[in-house]
Amino acid sequence: MASDDFVVDLDALNAAFRDFVPHNKALGLTLIEATTEPAVAVMRLPYDLKLVGNPETGVLHGGAITTAMDATCGAAVFLKLRAPVPIATLDLRLDYLQQAEPGRDVICRAECFKKTRNVAFVRAHAFHAQGEEPIATATGTFMISTPGKAVNDPSVTGKPGW
Amino acid sequence: MSALLKTISAARDSGDFGPLLAMIPYCQFLGISLDTIEDQLVGRMKFHADLIGNPTIPALHGGTLGALLESVAQFELLFRAESLVLPKVITLTVDYLRSGKAADVLVQAKIVRQGRRVATVHAWAWQDDKSRPIATANVTALVKAL
Repeated sequence: MASDDFVVDLDALNAAFRDFVPHNKALGLTLIEATTEPAVAVMRLPYDLKLVGNPETGVLHGGAITTAMDATCGAAVFLKLRAPVPIATLDLRLDYLQQAEPGRDVICRAECFKKTRNVAFVRAHAFHAQGEEPIATATGTFMISTPGKAVNDPSVTGKPGW
Repeated sequence: MSALLKTISAARDSGDFGPLLAMIPYCQFLGISLDTIEDQLVGRMKFHADLIGNPTIPALHGGTLGALLESVAQFELLFRAESLVLPKVITLTVDYLRSGKAADVLVQAKIVRQGRRVATVHAWAWQDDKSRPIATANVTALVKAL
């Protein structure tokens, strides 16, 4: 399945992960870094008033971070697979370590550190800026080759491959 | 007492969570509403196209289900707690059982244990058949009496 000529192209990956995934687009998620060895995806969740959970403090709702973490973990699995294979989240655990600071973007960094024939294993953390204390950590497992098409399938994106 | 706490208190007393949900932008963004049916709190995430994670099936974004389960667990704690509490989620664990179809999602939650500092809540989500959940979650939250 893996292609040796796999090249990480952030624009093409964003077309797949953001532009063709309506909820990622609604959140404003953008893939800002991607590597295949290690299989790491880094996404930015821009601070947005519509994602606030506490109107008096302006702190983002935990759910927005949950969704950003899920999306980033999924992106890391695609980078590990290097192939347009549909995946589905099997389970996801999040620990909220501290509240996000109002007005600041959240960066999620996920690494898919193991894949087997059926399952991929991912860990992730969220922070405001590199070197700062994490806001949340996550561990997830994903099923590989579920029904449906991958987000980068040409029939979905209108473009071949990534 | 802040406007938010007043609204939380009123929601607990009346069982009408509409005004509280209207104050929380993220709940509006997801399209969450809450009903009390026979003293049970039932959350609903109204389907809209922005909730889709995989447009080819189409299936709901898994993250939205996690966020919904987490939110309803928090509201269940607000609804049931003996004193006014502000639950702060420590850990959320979601099991995804079936893909979410392009339709409304319903969620109910049950407090497994409410301690003085920490509460454990189980929440489950379904679409057309309550006996076939699409996702379940365990939530642990700090509950600080106000």
